[in-house]
Amino acid sequence: MWRYLVPLGAFLALAVFLWMGLGRDPSTVPSPLINKAAPEFRLAQLHEPTQQIGRADMLGKVWLLNVWASWCVACRQEHPILMELSRTRLVPIYGLNYKDKREDGINWLAQFGNPYVVSASDIDGRVGIDYGVYGVPETFVIDRQGIIRYKHIGPVTVDALKTKILPLVKELEKT
Amino acid sequence: MKQLLETSSNSISGIAGEETQKFHFCVSLLLLAMLWVMPLWVVAGEAQPMADDPVLEKRVMALSAELRCLVCQNQSLADSHAELAQDLRREVRDLMKSGKTDPEVVEYLVARYGDFVRYRPPMNSATALLWFGPLILIVGGGIVLLITLSRRRKRIAEVTPLSDAERTRAAMLLNNKVNDGAGENRA
Repeated sequence: MWRYLVPLGAFLALAVFLWMGLGRDPSTVPSPLINKAAPEFRLAQLHEPTQQIGRADMLGKVWLLNVWASWCVACRQEHPILMELSRTRLVPIYGLNYKDKREDGINWLAQFGNPYVVSASDIDGRVGIDYGVYGVPETFVIDRQGIIRYKHIGPVTVDALKTKILPLVKELEKT
Repeated sequence: MKQLLETSSNSISGIAGEETQKFHFCVSLLLLAMLWVMPLWVVAGEAQPMADDPVLEKRVMALSAELRCLVCQNQSLADSHAELAQDLRREVRDLMKSGKTDPEVVEYLVARYGDFVRYRPPMNSATALLWFGPLILIVGGGIVLLITLSRRRKRIAEVTPLSDAERTRAAMLLNNKVNDGAGENRA
């Protein structure tokens, strides 16, 4: 009896692990920054380069940090969803204009609409590195204390908003 | 190809052909020049990060080879031409210039991108199976092998011994066989 059950059990265990592996996206790397303080930054604003914006300015409210660039194709895909989200006023979206030319970023927003309260210009990508950005777009949910609670890699989808981001925002706003 | 054939037939048929031939010659010359220049261009592009300090650059490349590029995950930071990899190499270079040791630089990257950036995973609860799995497999396999062997030995020992009559018959058969074999060999 054992000589059949043991190999069968081993096979089933292997099959379960491999099956789980199939469903996982190897391109999404879990961020070590979740539940840690969002890195401090101070950058020129995209539209008003003489004025700066930083993490400290958003303390006290729950906000989204959306990393975008005019050269990023997937950003166009998520853009209408961000526009829609900004219209609902459920949560303020701040942009991190990652490795972009200033004019390109401004033109892009003029063409497709601007869902951001403010965008910060991260021209050399250093703040992006501090946030562990490795592909654009990425979206962070940051709570009142300035702690990163969630990171969405890739374009924001309606599904991700409904099932993950907005419920989390709602919960964080209660505290 | 079709155009090439046409021009060659033109060149046989007269003055118009001569013109195209000249044109052709110029184009080939230009292409040759481009072929000659292009490698220089590429080399110049690659050599650029070789900063003023070759010792530092060597250190940067040595450490980058141990780090994973997050964009193209099967490449190291040293191999990758992705823009992020270039930025991260710049970051590594700057950190080293400011006097950080290699482990400190790795820690800087791990704090931002997680253990995933390391090609050699650290030992912790999540990677314990990875580190000790092969050892467990080989020890487990060895134990199973030893148990199987000892069981078999016992089974062999348990076989009832031959009786005297069987033994003499066996010896006779064996002797005959040996003799026969030897005879054949000699012949």
